[in-house]
Amino acid sequence: MTTQRTHIMVCGGTGCVSADSLEIVEKFKGALSDAGYSDEVGVIKTGCFGFCGQGPIVKIHPDNVFYVKVSPDDVAEIVGEHIIKGRTVQRLLYQEPETQKKLPKHDEMSFYKKQYRIALRNCGLINPEDINEYIAFNGYEALGKALTEYTPDKVIEIMKASGLRGRGGGGFSTGLKWELTRKTVSDQKYVICNADEGDPGAFMDRSILEGDPHSVLEAMALAGYAIGAQEGIIYIRAEYPLAIKRLEVAIAQAREYGLLGKQIFETNFSFDIKIKLGAGAFVCGEETALIHSVEGNRGEPTKKPPYPAVEGYNRKPTVVNNVETLANVAPIILKGAEWFSSIGTEKSKGTKVFALAGKVNNVGLVEVPMGTTLREIIYDIGGGIIGGKKFKAVQTGGPSGGVITTLDLDTPIDYESLRAIGSMMGSGGMIVMDEDDCMVNIAKFYLEFTQDESCGKCTPCRLGTKRMFEILDKITKGEGTMDDITKLRTLGKTVKESALCGLGQTAPNPILSTLEYFYDEYLAHIQDKRCPAGACKALAKYKIIEEKCIGCTACARVCPVSCISGAPKQKHVIDEEKCIACGACYTACKFQAVLRP
Amino acid sequence: MKMLSIRINDIPLQVPEGTTILDAAKAVNVKIPTLCHMNLKDFGIVNQSASCRVCVVEVEGRAPLAPACSELCTDGMVIRTDNLRAISARRTAVELLLSNHPFDCLLCPKNLECELQALAQELGIREIRYAGEKMDHPKDTSSYALVKDPNKCVMCRRCETMCNTVQTCGILSAVNRGFNVFVGPAFNLDMVDTSCTFCGQCVAVCPTAALTEVNNTDKVWDHLADPKKHVVVQVAPAVRVAIGEEFGMDPGTITTGKLVSALRALHFDAIFDTDFGADLTIMEEASELIHRIQNGGVLPMLTSCCPAWVKFFEHQFPDMLDIPSTCKSPQIMLGAIIKTYYAEKMGLKPEDIVVVSVMPCLAKKAEAARPELTKDDNNNVDIVITTRELALMLKEAGVNFAGLPESQFDHLLGESTGASVIFGTTGGVIEAAVRTAYDWITGETLEKVDFQQLRGLEGIRSATVKVGDMNLRIGIAHGLGNARKLLEDIRDGISQFDAIEIMACPGGCIGGGGQPYHHGDMDIIKKRQAAIYQEDRGKVLRKSHDNPYIKQLYDEYLGKPNSHKAHELLHTHYIPKEKI
Amino acid sequence: MAVKTLEELKRIREEQIRKVKLRESGESDDQTIEILVGMATCGIAAGSREVLNEFVALITQNGIEHIKVVQVGCMGYCHSEPTVQVNMPGHEPTIYGNVDKAFVSDILEKHIKDGQILDDHVLIKTYHSAL
Repeated sequence: MTTQRTHIMVCGGTGCVSADSLEIVEKFKGALSDAGYSDEVGVIKTGCFGFCGQGPIVKIHPDNVFYVKVSPDDVAEIVGEHIIKGRTVQRLLYQEPETQKKLPKHDEMSFYKKQYRIALRNCGLINPEDINEYIAFNGYEALGKALTEYTPDKVIEIMKASGLRGRGGGGFSTGLKWELTRKTVSDQKYVICNADEGDPGAFMDRSILEGDPHSVLEAMALAGYAIGAQEGIIYIRAEYPLAIKRLEVAIAQAREYGLLGKQIFETNFSFDIKIKLGAGAFVCGEETALIHSVEGNRGEPTKKPPYPAVEGYNRKPTVVNNVETLANVAPIILKGAEWFSSIGTEKSKGTKVFALAGKVNNVGLVEVPMGTTLREIIYDIGGGIIGGKKFKAVQTGGPSGGVITTLDLDTPIDYESLRAIGSMMGSGGMIVMDEDDCMVNIAKFYLEFTQDESCGKCTPCRLGTKRMFEILDKITKGEGTMDDITKLRTLGKTVKESALCGLGQTAPNPILSTLEYFYDEYLAHIQDKRCPAGACKALAKYKIIEEKCIGCTACARVCPVSCISGAPKQKHVIDEEKCIACGACYTACKFQAVLRP
Repeated sequence: MKMLSIRINDIPLQVPEGTTILDAAKAVNVKIPTLCHMNLKDFGIVNQSASCRVCVVEVEGRAPLAPACSELCTDGMVIRTDNLRAISARRTAVELLLSNHPFDCLLCPKNLECELQALAQELGIREIRYAGEKMDHPKDTSSYALVKDPNKCVMCRRCETMCNTVQTCGILSAVNRGFNVFVGPAFNLDMVDTSCTFCGQCVAVCPTAALTEVNNTDKVWDHLADPKKHVVVQVAPAVRVAIGEEFGMDPGTITTGKLVSALRALHFDAIFDTDFGADLTIMEEASELIHRIQNGGVLPMLTSCCPAWVKFFEHQFPDMLDIPSTCKSPQIMLGAIIKTYYAEKMGLKPEDIVVVSVMPCLAKKAEAARPELTKDDNNNVDIVITTRELALMLKEAGVNFAGLPESQFDHLLGESTGASVIFGTTGGVIEAAVRTAYDWITGETLEKVDFQQLRGLEGIRSATVKVGDMNLRIGIAHGLGNARKLLEDIRDGISQFDAIEIMACPGGCIGGGGQPYHHGDMDIIKKRQAAIYQEDRGKVLRKSHDNPYIKQLYDEYLGKPNSHKAHELLHTHYIPKEKI
Repeated sequence: MAVKTLEELKRIREEQIRKVKLRESGESDDQTIEILVGMATCGIAAGSREVLNEFVALITQNGIEHIKVVQVGCMGYCHSEPTVQVNMPGHEPTIYGNVDKAFVSDILEKHIKDGQILDDHVLIKTYHSAL
């Protein structure tokens, strides 16, 4: 078997898979085989490249050519032109919007220029279903080094010095968490990986598990060595079947190589991992609820203290770490704490993966050093707002976070600075909103989520979120009163202070934050019965601009509720009472005479 | 024991490590309202879910408020329970609960007894700021014993703790999540279709009317008003040491005489004592035990007078149904005798007699309706009402209980010995059996009838009683979780007992699900128990077989214990049931 | 197939990296030596495919670092196919013509390793990159 001269990397993350990337893989294999090139050219299904808005992605090595929006029908041309004849297929290259230049290499793209991939280092580089490829790029070397050269205390020392903090949102020092668990005396301890990833729109952990599962396994083993545990459990949401499959393959391969199991690297350290599926509850991302779910009980949080480091799974000391946190561990052990702590800000070291979504041009997964500003992420990496519209706010931290406006766009990404402006890092979801988004509706959307996902145990969350949602619903329907704002503020504050767990304690954040920065929108909904952004259907009012209307009757003809009156060649009028705000008239009018709310 | 220095509302104090803020506050006369909290740790019942958030207080240096009932004090902790922040949070919790609660207090079975109502009053709530949708779940009235109304539930989880941790039946649990959560059985089955034993302990701890007993007082009134019916009432031992509490009397007041007067005031045609039935039970059960011991029968033998316990072992240990005694319970035995012996003596037709039992228990309601005990429309017992229901009837009739004179049960089936009174407490049944078994086995007359080693409140107790040459090894358990342990030992072949007494309710019948609510005060249970033993001491006759009316019953009617007639009327069989 | 020691792991790594190295060297362009092999129709007909594969095989065999072999389109020297362009960092590109399998090892040994330009096969010494 000769060494292959070209590798075609095809993205096999869930996003691209849903756009037929697996079919692309098969077509490549077929075309190469037909042309007799199977020995020289390899086709590799790999992890997420992050540029999800441009997927499916195909990358050719060693040419370092980056093809975007590839479809199965393009395969023949790529093989014929590029692989066999060496001619890059220009039409499949990414074109930078500002310069209109075609960029074959990814590091020329503004999407990638400011990124620094540590957690995502292997995504797009290796085949996640082949342990050999993981090993080729220094996989399991950290584990080997730690087991043969370091004591558990030394490992913890390195982790503490690195400054790595929990990437699930909590931001607690990982090294300290391991140290506290190590210190608790017990015959049995556990390492649990939190792969529940419940924040809407977040898919950082999913991509890491799909694209580089071994990095998580190795990190769990390192954690086990550090704290004195022999068993690891990955709690993964059942809605991630591809990630589950990749994990199962990875665990089986690691066991086969003796990298999981008894006496790893011929030391006294034994460690094995099993998978436990979640059952569709956001609250099970909270560590105590997660632990109870793993135990087979109802996934309800319980009070802390005692913390899992002291009393966790089966009442034994347990470390619960997020997937992204774990993905950083092996590089830290290999390259050293100093290297890691040289990246980022004073209190927030390393990088953070964000799932950039919403009204930006470049949606996808980005990994940036801490300290990168929100403006850089949204405009330089994200490519600015779609359609050139006006930026309104960005929301970080999912349903637990607050909104950030233009005033704070130059805030560097950092645990403390985000909290200082009323939001939080969260797990990495970053939703960008523009002038067409209604902030009251956004708050309502998040409350709808939290009150649906509330476990129901404590009064403030069970009933408080429900009541806050009911008030917001009223407001978006034009039935709100000024007293409702007072109620939202007081109830929100009380729920924040008296709820049992993080879900309830942070549920009011979207409301309190939007009230602070977009008070005028609330006033418009309540006093004017108007939704300035035009998103609240009940308040949306369409109007015909008299001066522009020529009476062509196009709008009246398409109106599903026949609420537009007017004779041909006469000015038309919309009956606001009957209007259902469907927007058909707006689309039909060729004279821009319909004013959208 | 390490001592910690803390401050509560500017008051400095020292508390031992492991003290909660709630208990520390009590020490300096600071009251913090609670709802879901219930601490009966003497009985292994601790509900500390910290979920109602009614008890939250401010702890300096922490952003969230802390639940006082479960938060442990730390050295240097500074606590404020009285500032606006803490008070307003506590009020909001109650306001939110009220916003999701029916407003039919005036018509509610827990009117004036409801803990939520008391909180609303205590916190001076005058308006519901946050009104909105209210839960709408169907009521479960499927069983004879209890009623489940999830719309009145405040999710305190006390019933769940009782049913799962203490009684180990696992019937009640939270179902669904968020606003739609409610407490119920798996698959939301009707209670009557589950393995619920109807022990009623969930009812005993429920702070609202989410769980209450089935109220049979209407039926009793109807029968009392029917001239064609001869209504006979019998009263359990545990009732007489507790019913006074419903009328403002101290817990542990023995009210036997007043109780009988009260029943006379309601115009029952005959007033008998379940204690007589208990003496009868001892006659049959002691004989059965001796027979098993002397003829190589199945040992250990288990008592069977507690119907919740009977249902428990039918569902959970259906393979071991040859172990319990075949005796019916005292109320059922007495009912059977009333409908035959008494009917014949009085020249009455059994179908014209209505037997009403006043019991501390909810399971007795289900027991009375068991098919084996209601064959051919000939019910041993027709209606069961609880201590609480009788108190309601007395209040309705305007009976001034505390001021009543003493009166006596009707003799024929109303005379009883001290042995029968102690049936009301854990350890009492087996002590009564030993008193009789001793005389019968040894042929001697037992002088020292108080068996202290069988008394107490620990969940599982054991003692060896020397009866002649034999060492009778006795085991006692109260609370079904403790019962389960003894049963599992038997199943595993490592049981070390000859006879075991089981009561489903912690404390025995005195702590039954139908007794006046104790609201978490264990002292009440202890006082009731002391009263039981005091009543026993006050009796002239202390052994069941010394009861002259029992002797008369056997001479005239039954012949001997375990005779054919005795078997027909006073013994029963058990049916294996599925576990759900 | 257990990996018992750190040395064994490193051995597997060394073995495996050879197969996937081309992805790594594809990432960093600054210090990488580039071998561009013309793969137009005339080139393929003259045997450039075998030439390319020979480069790959020898590089792997000899463990040469910081080098990548890329196929490119027609360079225009159809009369001298197979053509190979050598880009050494810091040097002007060199284009060789009439390259055969045997000459491949010379390029690697003498030009790349020793820095010696092999004049007899050179077509152009100075040329802007074909890419």
